[in-house]
Amino acid sequence: MTNPLDVTHLAKAYQNTPVLRDVSLSVQAGQIMALLGPSGCGKTTTLRLIAGFEFPDSGTITVNGQVVATTTVRVPAEERRVGMVFQDYALFPHLSVAANIAFGLKGSKSEKQARLTEMLTLVALPDVAERMPYELSGGQQQRIALARALAPQPDILLLDEPFSNLDVALRGQMRVEVRSILKQAGITCVFVTHDQEEALSFADEVAVMMSGRVAQVASPHHLYHHPATPEVAAFVGESNFLPGIAHGARVDCVFGHLPLDKSAYGSVTILIRPEWLRLNAENSQADATITWREFYGHDQRIGIRLADGTPLVVRSTAEDDYVVGETVGVGIQSIVQVFLDE
Amino acid sequence: MQITQTFRNTTQRMTLAFPMSIPFRLPSMLQAITLLIVALVSLPLVYLSVRALGAGQEGLGYLFNERTLRIVVNSLVLTAAVMFAAALIGVPFAWITTRTDLPLRRVWLVGGLLTLVIPSYIGAIMYIAAFGPRGLLQSLLEPLGVTELPSIYGFWGAFLAITLFTYPYIVLPVRAALLNMDPALDESARSLGLNRWQVFLRVTLPQLRPALASGMLLTALYTLSDFGAVSLMRYDAFTRVIYLQYTSSFDRHRAAILSLVLVAVTIGLIALEHRAASQHHNYRIGVGCQRQMPLASLGKWRIPALLFCGVLMIVGVLTPTAVLVFWLLRGAGELSFELLQPAMNTLSAGGLTALVVGVIALPPALLSARTTSRFNRWLVKFAYLGNVLPGLVVALALVFFAANYLPALYQTLPILILGYSTRFLPMSIGATASALTQINPRFEEIGRSLGLRPLHVTMRIIMPLARTGILAGMALVFLSTMKELPTTLLLAPTGFQTLPTEIWTAHAQVQMSQLGAPSLLLIAVSALSLFILLRQEKRS
Repeated sequence: MTNPLDVTHLAKAYQNTPVLRDVSLSVQAGQIMALLGPSGCGKTTTLRLIAGFEFPDSGTITVNGQVVATTTVRVPAEERRVGMVFQDYALFPHLSVAANIAFGLKGSKSEKQARLTEMLTLVALPDVAERMPYELSGGQQQRIALARALAPQPDILLLDEPFSNLDVALRGQMRVEVRSILKQAGITCVFVTHDQEEALSFADEVAVMMSGRVAQVASPHHLYHHPATPEVAAFVGESNFLPGIAHGARVDCVFGHLPLDKSAYGSVTILIRPEWLRLNAENSQADATITWREFYGHDQRIGIRLADGTPLVVRSTAEDDYVVGETVGVGIQSIVQVFLDE
Repeated sequence: MQITQTFRNTTQRMTLAFPMSIPFRLPSMLQAITLLIVALVSLPLVYLSVRALGAGQEGLGYLFNERTLRIVVNSLVLTAAVMFAAALIGVPFAWITTRTDLPLRRVWLVGGLLTLVIPSYIGAIMYIAAFGPRGLLQSLLEPLGVTELPSIYGFWGAFLAITLFTYPYIVLPVRAALLNMDPALDESARSLGLNRWQVFLRVTLPQLRPALASGMLLTALYTLSDFGAVSLMRYDAFTRVIYLQYTSSFDRHRAAILSLVLVAVTIGLIALEHRAASQHHNYRIGVGCQRQMPLASLGKWRIPALLFCGVLMIVGVLTPTAVLVFWLLRGAGELSFELLQPAMNTLSAGGLTALVVGVIALPPALLSARTTSRFNRWLVKFAYLGNVLPGLVVALALVFFAANYLPALYQTLPILILGYSTRFLPMSIGATASALTQINPRFEEIGRSLGLRPLHVTMRIIMPLARTGILAGMALVFLSTMKELPTTLLLAPTGFQTLPTEIWTAHAQVQMSQLGAPSLLLIAVSALSLFILLRQEKRS
């Protein structure tokens, strides 16, 4: 069975400045993929190429087994069956909500009406059909934009920074709602975001893009625990890096010998996530001084300095109380990751 | 000192605490200013009504006779024909020169807008010289045995001349609306399965409706009030008959009655446009992205598009240019510096009027774009009043009003500027209001919630956002003033010759050799301001 979306070796330059160098992606049916990366990494360009608003310089885009873009093939956006929800929703200001949703529908009036009702039910806004877009709140506009894009039953749905126009309080709620709508519709999705929390919580798979290339594609859990490069580790979540020397199944560093789950040799960079560190645990491996502390309520971040001066960030549960200047023992509770140095 | 300081702090805090109390002052101030403007521009109409009432029983008989009816029908037919022909040319032209990959897009655009700088009376004289009896075309065809061409005079001549010189009034607002549109709307429509043509019909065109309506209203008002072209083409529309009444029989009662009928027709038209516009909300929802709209590929439509532009250039630009060159060659050797003073007069009158009108258009435009009360809607309709009076009628009314009541102003520059301003204020209001309706009202609300006074909201938020539209409106006023013939003819101080009056005199005296230089000058200064207008648009 073919994937709903296959992208291979995509490249695109604007005025001789390469934006995409080599992008390859596959999204499986019904999955939600996030394109995550810093601004200027090419994620929005990738999305626009998939939508068909622009065309690649080289590479191939295949939607449901049909090649829609190569150097020579240029299927226009309207023939791709690829839906799009824009950052600003782009609801047609001259049309009612009902007319917006029915916009891409073909067929008889009753068929359109049936689909319209179905869509309004799906997005849980059954009573807004006759309203005009400017009469809706931001969250409602977004759900209508979603309904409009889903109504013609596209093969893929693309979302450009879907939550960036919403306030933070609404954002979390809309993430849950939109994800449930998308899963209910069973649609294959690609969305663009620069917000790692959004990517990790909303997507089934995350593709991290950096300077026009895909650095890693993985599930949120795998991406966080096994980032492919130090850059990915630094961009997704918080990281402590330590120098070390690997000897097969163990690595030597300021904490002494640490076990590895994959053997490595030579000079390496060790990744330790802040929550992998424990303070004052029974098996402490080093001593450190507390340098700062941020208390959040549900947990806390603590800055420590090891005896050799190395600063580290620790994330711990909220129960323990610490004072800046206090001396603590530090231990590592998890298998650390290492990256071979160049 | 200490006390005042404290007091000031307290009031400041109170203003911040009750931001809702501020906005209400703005509409009432706008209303007052607009009311004043309306009073000023309705002066000619009031005077006309007094005159018409003076005709009594005889006037009523004249109102309902067959000749009057024929004039009404003549004018309406011409206006409708010009309005729709201009839209049929203007909308496709604006679209292909703004949003497609047409080769040499900018060249065609400038060429197409160039006809805006040719006043319709110069255009009419040019078409008579080109296609009229013993004209250029006939002299070219004579060796082939063609001795007589179909007559240019009458409906078709007036229709051709006015359409070709007014369609830019549709191109400009439509182009501005196209440039302001959120590209995500078109892209959404395409991702929903619509091809380019369907996107144009179902998304682009409905969004253009307010711009198109205001453009069509402009061309209609222009046609109804046009004096030069219908007079020269000898088509019995309102203005020609009124002028003939005035000059031949000195019957000012009849002229006043006919003028009032014309005014009624025009008001009906504006009411229609207002109804269409009030059903429309065209500001962007949400922030929108300032991305450049990608150009549509014309594909196999490239050749028809080029042909369309080519024909437009041949008829609208090349023909007048050929006539102009012919005139200049005939007039070469007789060139003198006599035109310098009329040229300066034309420029200064145009500049002054644009400034005055640009400023006084703001209050009514703000009212029309942002308030919905019935009173305000009527007030704005009355601010458009100036344009329902043909320049000729405004001039007549003001001449007699000044002569009777304000002898100090009789035949002075201020009364001339007042005449121009009365005529062209609606042009500026239209452009400004259409720019304002494109601004999301939430921006103003943001400003107010940030503690800005209404005046500061206007200066710091609305003006920068609407600048392009306001400047476009002022440029249009500048152009129109320079070209204006009848107002200048009747209201200018003695000896205050402008380029239009120079041309009128030369044509009346059949001095073809003296038409070239003033026409060229008038076209050149107008072209300069068009250049400024386009550069402004590019910068912002």
